[in-house]
Amino acid sequence: MRRAGAAVARPARSVGLGLAALALVVAAWEGYKLLAPDDGWLVGEVRLLPRTSDLAMPHVSDMLARLVEPVTGAAGAPALWVAVVQACAASLRVAAVGWVLGVGVGLVLAVLMQRVRLAERAALPFVVLSQTVPLIALAPLVKSWGSKLELGAFEWQGWMSVAVIASYLAFFPVAVGALRGLQSPDAIHRELLTSYGAGWWQALVHLHLPASVPYLLPALRLAAAAAVVGTVVAEVSTGLPGGVGRMILELANFASSDPAKPWAPIFGAIALGLVASGVVALLGAPLGRYRRAEVTA
Amino acid sequence: MSAVAVDVRGVSRVFAGGGVGAVTALDDVDLTVAAGEFVSLIGPSGCGKSTLLRLVADLDAPTSGTIEVFGRSPEQARLAHDYGIAFQQAGLLPWRTVRANVELPLALHGTGKVARRARAEEMLALVGLTDFADHFPDQLSGGMQQRVAIARALAEEPSLLLMDEPFGALDEMTRERLQNELVRICAETRAAVVFVTHSIPEAVFLSDRVVVMSPRPGRIRTVVDVGLGRAAGREDGVREDTAYFAAVTAVREALRGGALVPARGVDVP
Repeated sequence: MRRAGAAVARPARSVGLGLAALALVVAAWEGYKLLAPDDGWLVGEVRLLPRTSDLAMPHVSDMLARLVEPVTGAAGAPALWVAVVQACAASLRVAAVGWVLGVGVGLVLAVLMQRVRLAERAALPFVVLSQTVPLIALAPLVKSWGSKLELGAFEWQGWMSVAVIASYLAFFPVAVGALRGLQSPDAIHRELLTSYGAGWWQALVHLHLPASVPYLLPALRLAAAAAVVGTVVAEVSTGLPGGVGRMILELANFASSDPAKPWAPIFGAIALGLVASGVVALLGAPLGRYRRAEVTA
Repeated sequence: MSAVAVDVRGVSRVFAGGGVGAVTALDDVDLTVAAGEFVSLIGPSGCGKSTLLRLVADLDAPTSGTIEVFGRSPEQARLAHDYGIAFQQAGLLPWRTVRANVELPLALHGTGKVARRARAEEMLALVGLTDFADHFPDQLSGGMQQRVAIARALAEEPSLLLMDEPFGALDEMTRERLQNELVRICAETRAAVVFVTHSIPEAVFLSDRVVVMSPRPGRIRTVVDVGLGRAAGREDGVREDTAYFAAVTAVREALRGGALVPARGVDVP
């Protein structure tokens, strides 16, 4: 019963803490804007602290107010927040595809590395190495490879390149986390399964996969955040329209004429990351029993 | 069924020490356990008693010699689920309920859901944990967890039970209670038992025969016939019996290296 009580109290507390942190950020922003000189703080030619003019740092209230105003002056233009939400939804779809792809690849790699010792030694350095390749360099390559792909009626779409790049970021935490989880069972449990004459597949299903859940859940959340970042960056570098990444790029042009406007898609991208990681956390909720600590006599 | 549960002949196990020199855990060991017989292996650390148990369970392979379990190789016996095993730690899967833990070996062997459930109920009743079937292991005490582990080991009605210090981590009172339960369970299931322990009273109370081993290299020094009568009639009162004390003394003397006891079986000087 103690468990149930804690389960109710914990979300309420973390929501409260989250709101407090948000208030702190707003206070810091407005406080700095109030106290620091308009032109920031210069030592010689080097600017150590940013300008605080309304152009460089719009008031939080201005940024929020801008969200509900129309995107453009044209008649019938939707509110800015609606445009941002639409762009975020488009990006979320692509990020979700990238996440699923990345999680699949990561899991298969982890199982392979757990199964074959040699595969672990051979593949793990490359898994780590893969993350040092800058996305900006990779994006045009993936795009051009994709456009050369011809499979009958199948035609490579622009968003697919973006999803592939997102999955490239997402698979890494899953591969590493799942590998640690799959290797986590104690000798006593492995020998127990051996004594039952269980084969590799049975041991995987009944022991290694359940034991890996506590390692896998945080990895899946990390992968969700990575997929969103990968999607936003890849939208920018492959020039895919419709998503929030492209929107950040487009609205940056309004920095001098409409300074509150470029912040809207940035907030959108942050919210997107939170939503993605939150959804994955919800997926993990029914797996609570796999997070029970093992106790020994 | 063959009248011999375990037949160990001339078995040695040498662990190759990483360059330092090999360690002989077992040296030319012979041992026969009859069907339905309760045999304890006792001896100081390093005498190879756990190694011997692991060889019978096919969790390890002998360097030389042969082992037969019900007339088959240990591997065949393992794959046929001929034996149940329990370790010093209960080793329950924390994400499975008590019932699901007992059902695990049955599930792995493809027993149907209904039969599985009935068998688990029966086993949990045997160890007195019917009310805890839907609890998780972390909600049980150490002694209860160990009872679940015994129920799991018995789930497939094995003719042989291998136990590696199953009560080693428990307090003395829990230990004696579980010993009484084990005697009763063995009488009911008629399984042969190979039981590794550090405790002389435990070995004597439980066993038909106590195999006393000596270390470096691991050998069987002597075998003490306890002869307290068949397990079925044994109760707590036995612990105050003269024959019980005589057997305890005999095992203690044997462990010290004296040859004052009526030795049976293989006697290695």
